[in-house]
Amino acid sequence: MFANFSVRLKRFGMRLLTRPRLDLPLLLALFLLACAGLATLYSAGNANLSLVGGQAARFVLGAVLLVVISRIPPPVLRSWTPWLYMGSTALLVVVAALGEGRGAYRWLDLGFMRFQPSELLKLTMPMMVAWYLHPRQLPPGWKDIIVVGLMIAVPAALIAEQPDLGTALLVAAAGAFALFLSGMAWWRIGLLVGGAGGAIPVAWQFLHEYQRNRVRTLLDPESDPLGNGWHIIQSKIAVGSGGVFGKGWQHGTQSRLEFLPEHTTDFIFAVFSEEFGLVGVITIMLLYAFIIGRCLWIAMNARDTYSRLLAGAIGMSFFVYVAVNGGMVAGILPVVGVPMPLISYGGTSAVSLLTGFGVLMSIHANRKLHD
Amino acid sequence: MSRRRASIKEVRGEVALFRRRALAGFFLLLLGLIAVCSRYVYLQVFHHDEFATRSEQNRVKPRSIPPARGLIYDRNGVLLADNVPAFRLEVTPEQVANMDDMLQKLGAVVPISDDDIVTFKKQVKLGRRFEGIPLKLKLTEDEIGRFAVNRWRFPGVDVVPYLTRRYPLGAALAHVIGYVSRIDVDDLDNMDDDEEASYKGTTHIGRIGIEKSYEKLLHGEPGYELVEVNADGRTQAVLDTTPPTPGKNIYLSIDVRLQKAALDAMAGRSGAAIAIDPRNGQVLAFASVPDFDPNLFVNGISSVDYKNLMTAPDKPLYNRALRGVYPPGSTVKPFLALGGLTMGIRRPSDTVLSTGEFCIPGQSRCYRDDVRGGNGTVNMVRAIELSTNTYFYRLALDMGIDRLAHWMGSLGFGSKTGIDLTGEVEGVLPSREWKAKHSKAGWYPGETIISGIGQGYWAVTPIQLAHAVATFAGHGVPYAPHLLMDTQDGVDAARVPQSFPPTGPSVIRKPQDWDTVNEGMIAVINSGAGTGKKLGIGFPFVIAGKSGTAERFSRKSDAYDTNKNTAYLATRHRALFIAYTPAEDPKIAVAVVLEAGAWGAADSGPIARKILDQWVVDSGGARPTALPPGPITLSDAPAEAAPPSASSVQGVQPAAPSSSELPPDDNGEDQ
Repeated sequence: MFANFSVRLKRFGMRLLTRPRLDLPLLLALFLLACAGLATLYSAGNANLSLVGGQAARFVLGAVLLVVISRIPPPVLRSWTPWLYMGSTALLVVVAALGEGRGAYRWLDLGFMRFQPSELLKLTMPMMVAWYLHPRQLPPGWKDIIVVGLMIAVPAALIAEQPDLGTALLVAAAGAFALFLSGMAWWRIGLLVGGAGGAIPVAWQFLHEYQRNRVRTLLDPESDPLGNGWHIIQSKIAVGSGGVFGKGWQHGTQSRLEFLPEHTTDFIFAVFSEEFGLVGVITIMLLYAFIIGRCLWIAMNARDTYSRLLAGAIGMSFFVYVAVNGGMVAGILPVVGVPMPLISYGGTSAVSLLTGFGVLMSIHANRKLHD
Repeated sequence: MSRRRASIKEVRGEVALFRRRALAGFFLLLLGLIAVCSRYVYLQVFHHDEFATRSEQNRVKPRSIPPARGLIYDRNGVLLADNVPAFRLEVTPEQVANMDDMLQKLGAVVPISDDDIVTFKKQVKLGRRFEGIPLKLKLTEDEIGRFAVNRWRFPGVDVVPYLTRRYPLGAALAHVIGYVSRIDVDDLDNMDDDEEASYKGTTHIGRIGIEKSYEKLLHGEPGYELVEVNADGRTQAVLDTTPPTPGKNIYLSIDVRLQKAALDAMAGRSGAAIAIDPRNGQVLAFASVPDFDPNLFVNGISSVDYKNLMTAPDKPLYNRALRGVYPPGSTVKPFLALGGLTMGIRRPSDTVLSTGEFCIPGQSRCYRDDVRGGNGTVNMVRAIELSTNTYFYRLALDMGIDRLAHWMGSLGFGSKTGIDLTGEVEGVLPSREWKAKHSKAGWYPGETIISGIGQGYWAVTPIQLAHAVATFAGHGVPYAPHLLMDTQDGVDAARVPQSFPPTGPSVIRKPQDWDTVNEGMIAVINSGAGTGKKLGIGFPFVIAGKSGTAERFSRKSDAYDTNKNTAYLATRHRALFIAYTPAEDPKIAVAVVLEAGAWGAADSGPIARKILDQWVVDSGGARPTALPPGPITLSDAPAEAAPPSASSVQGVQPAAPSSSELPPDDNGEDQ
């Protein structure tokens, strides 16, 4: 038994070296990003090693999940997809029921850990859309678009109700990107986007007061410098004062002196910008662009529709994290709770992101060899 | 089956479609990332300087250094308000684990009042946790000693030196200088941002009196030190220091010797005595009796002390000189006479026959003279000398209420004098306008008549009376009374005189008019028949004056009051006296009001004389001989008003508004 196991382990190790199932460039980019994240966290957390250690442990857990999931072939994932999607949506309903009358409620307490079911949807949503479109005639017609739209809308609405606008946006975007990649006609996209634009005044009615205030504050942050505007003003000061080359690692006064709120989580990129300047920002942005591009490259080489759409959607939704968080920190987008991927402190986000990259690795491993 | 066929059939086209889409998508996302990056370029390159400055402002905090409050002196440099070092207990909240427990244990070592704890807890909520918050001010040496021994038990509690205010003369100038007390949240709420900034670090603020009205001068400008703050805003280093500018020192026109003479002469009787230099409006003495110790308020008055002051029947916190209102009685007569001359209604030689009773022609109501049988035929000088009511009844009637009100108003009655103290009241100048505001009934001729002798609706404050007599004595040139004389930028700097120009041209048309009234007022003091005879005896200059006795209560019957018992009368009368000297060239004018005096001349007159005696001494003269003992005169009977029968016919309460009738209880405390 033991001998058998060690033989298999040895064979696995050999395979890993001779024919890597993992995409090394993507892995390297993720690794660099994680290192930059830990370094920034060390500075933002005032050299708090236990903070950095905790985050590193989550990266390790995420990496293990990445490797494990990369071993699951896409067809198996595809067969699980409806169940995963329905299960995670059902958990959202449970959370909504538990949270009745309690204000913001997002967590499910499992005793040993708490987790947000909405995080699961970040992955199960594009899986579901890809699963649905996989056997269909592409590009999709109105009927399929409407079905996919409903698949996206139901969980997104449940999450937005929690209320967690940031995650709802990420989940909806992941589904929408899958639809986009499936070749949905441009005129149909234009029609939908135009319709959504027209729906903004209606949506405004359904936003919570605190969300409206966030938008109002965004438009004129200086109007409320001690209340809602504080985050944005201090964040802009941090970014702007960084200049081209930054103040240097561990020399960012805005975070060190705690003027910057949430400086280890949602606003950690302000710390990064303050300490590493525009040079650092562009470097990180290039890294993110590389990761997105690599994901799309993997998607192009995937062997079936499901894999293509899923890989492409995961890669593109990575952009939403970066753009929304980066825009928020720089004061051009509202403050919604979207973390900077692999840089912001926070376990659930890191683990779910790396799980998503695990799926990508699996798709990469099972790519078509020649076309 | 169909699914499978479709996917097989379309696979090539689908791959190509996906490829295009993925490239298009990547292109769009790159555009998005470039947009985000351009925002960073905007912030980090084009607006870097601006944000760098703001980041620096975040990091470097100005911390204020409170200025030392200006000192207050009298005109001769006697110190009236001083800053003295004291010690207070300060608590740094974040260093205290269990606040209530600590306070309880600390209370066993140094007694801490509940008031202190309430104030302290309020400030803890407002302040920063790492900043010291005063718990108990003005520790005694004993308390400092006991705390020092136990200090180790109380981390986060310190004894801190500070400057506190002290009034060396205590009660004597309480109603002039007022006091400072601890700044509270309301004070800060009432300030604009700049003001609030200038009070950072300051613990005390002028509450009433000179301390309040010259708060801006006395406070000074805080200094700043630029400190670098660390993560929690705690000071790491002092980068730069700008020292504070201390408040200006103030010299009051008050002469402490005169003030004390006034207080001594009042001998604790409720009322007010004010002396003004008619040549410039400077207030030389400003006594309001009873008074209180302003030092009690500086570091937070205890609730027991405060209750005692508030519930004392004679209202020591009440500034009678500034806010008390009294019927002026006969003291208005010289002013009315001057009005008659100015308007051309009377010549000095015009006479009136006083028979003891004056009746409005064609009506049955009559108004009495002081003396049964009257004063006979009197001209203006004689009418002032004898305080002949009939003369002034007739003059008031001839003048009419409108001209009377306008004339008296020009002497400052019915409006604030503009003295540099806050809380002054306007009193009541009887007029049609005033009555229309307060009653539905129209104006009756009878009301004009009694207005002519300072009764009826009349209500004046002692400062108004003093202002009027000073204006007259200064040949009609009105000066707003003021206490501020000089300012000074520091103890070694030169005194800078403050000029207060007259508030208008002289009210006197012809010098002869002034001479006539002056003559009458001289006669009051110096002739054998004057109501104030004897008051001039032994005085090196000629005094001119006028007494007034006003009744607090309406008479119940027409009968003359035959009870001449002084104590009895004192419960019914207010005794007033105005005077100035030297009559030919007045240099000091005095007004005295006693809330409970039998007769103006007999009770208030000697007070005025004692103030004038002191003034002679202060001016370098020998102390005038003391007044002969015994009552001055009894001839100054109250200038009594219409009998109640008359008023009830008119259907209007003849009594002046409650303010002049009631003891000061209802006039609103100056607190």
